[in-house]
Amino acid sequence: MNVWIEKQKYLIDFTVASLARRKAKNLGLLLVYSLIVFLLASVMLFTHALRQAANELLAGAPEIVLQRMVAGRHDLIPPGYLERIARLRGVQEKQGRLWGYYYDPVVKANYTFMVADDRLLAPGTLVVGAGLARTRGVAPGNLISFRAYSGKLFTFSIADILPAKSELLSADLVLLSEADFRAFFDIPPGHYTDITLRVANPLEVRNIAGKLAQQFPDSRPILREEILRTYDSIFSWREGIVLALATLALLAFAILAWEKASGLSADERREIGILKAIGWETGDVLRMKFWEGALLSLSAFLLGYLAAYVHVFHFSASLLAPVLMGWAVLYPRFELSPVIDGLQVTTLFFFTVFPYAAATLVPIWRAAISDPDAVMRG
Amino acid sequence: MPVSRPSHLALGLLCCGGALFAVSLADAARLRQQRADSGQAMQALVRQLQLTDLCLFTEARYTRHPSQTDLHSAFQDHPLALEHFPSGSLLLPPANLRGHHERLDRETEVPD
Repeated sequence: MNVWIEKQKYLIDFTVASLARRKAKNLGLLLVYSLIVFLLASVMLFTHALRQAANELLAGAPEIVLQRMVAGRHDLIPPGYLERIARLRGVQEKQGRLWGYYYDPVVKANYTFMVADDRLLAPGTLVVGAGLARTRGVAPGNLISFRAYSGKLFTFSIADILPAKSELLSADLVLLSEADFRAFFDIPPGHYTDITLRVANPLEVRNIAGKLAQQFPDSRPILREEILRTYDSIFSWREGIVLALATLALLAFAILAWEKASGLSADERREIGILKAIGWETGDVLRMKFWEGALLSLSAFLLGYLAAYVHVFHFSASLLAPVLMGWAVLYPRFELSPVIDGLQVTTLFFFTVFPYAAATLVPIWRAAISDPDAVMRG
Repeated sequence: MPVSRPSHLALGLLCCGGALFAVSLADAARLRQQRADSGQAMQALVRQLQLTDLCLFTEARYTRHPSQTDLHSAFQDHPLALEHFPSGSLLLPPANLRGHHERLDRETEVPD
């Protein structure tokens, strides 16, 4: 065993010396390789943590949201719907929600205005999200004006700012009293944006949604499980930009591996030829080159993965933020709770380390089984 | 006095990388614990305000609240309209827009 270990150590000694002879080329290769792993790992860690956060946070969302549709568009719930829903068996709680969007031309950002029933907000006061406060530069006690869609100017005083740690949910929220909301958007009493329902028995949710769909043919029930499924599929490996990024990175990687696999440089051929001529066996050459591939790919994997971990969980994935921000002016600052999926990391490891190691071995084997003289002559 | 060999250096560096990988797992557990409080506060906010969506993309209503979108809001101008917003290429159409409510109607039997 000791002999075997010593032999591997000598092979590694030789490999490191051989790598050092082509320093610039191998460092460049390591850098590109690490960057590919970094990109893939960043996207993987970020999307997985985000999906997990959505699942945990939205587990408390209402079991059913009932929207009303008119001519294919979301419309206000008219008076009387809440009372009719109260007659359905199994509905534990029902509540009309008032919320809507407001485009603020001052900073060109969209806000979500919402009535918070459980907060006793005095008329004329607002509680705003930390993202909005940052974008508009407001603090508690400041005044803020919004021009309503009716053209009238409304001035509010900022009563409070929602905690910055909740920005993932509340960056753009503007909480106000019901009276202010109705006056601002000109919504008559008794009308609501939608209705939320709590159902006592989870097994009854689909049944109740079915009854709602039949009793209110103009309505659309949205179940919590659908909300969760929506977020589960967002940023899924198979979809959207993640797929685009992964495909590009894998293509770049395939080119890298192909370049390696398709042929050896004249230097490498000569090196193999000399080794064979001075008595190395084919197995030794293969082992030496295996160590070269393994050292390079393992180093690239560790470097790329560790950089991605620090980037996503210590620097809030700041390099991915511009992609996610799109044209939005108001973007939440949030820290994700690290969730590392062993299967994903293993998959990343297998997809990045093994193909490279294998791709380097094939041409080496071809060169190593040829006649040393022919190999050295090229 | 043993001479420092390149193999020792290479294997030592790889071991350091492996150890840092293990440290990243421990750090993940530490951060998860540290950030658990804000997670609980956010869960409470979801219940209080009956929120349905994460505030990730504020550029359009169907990207701000993907689970609550109109049925065809992504194609609101005309059926072949190109997507306006970059987030549209990140988001899937919500699960509930893929014919689910239709199936629900057929499953319904008798109203209460």
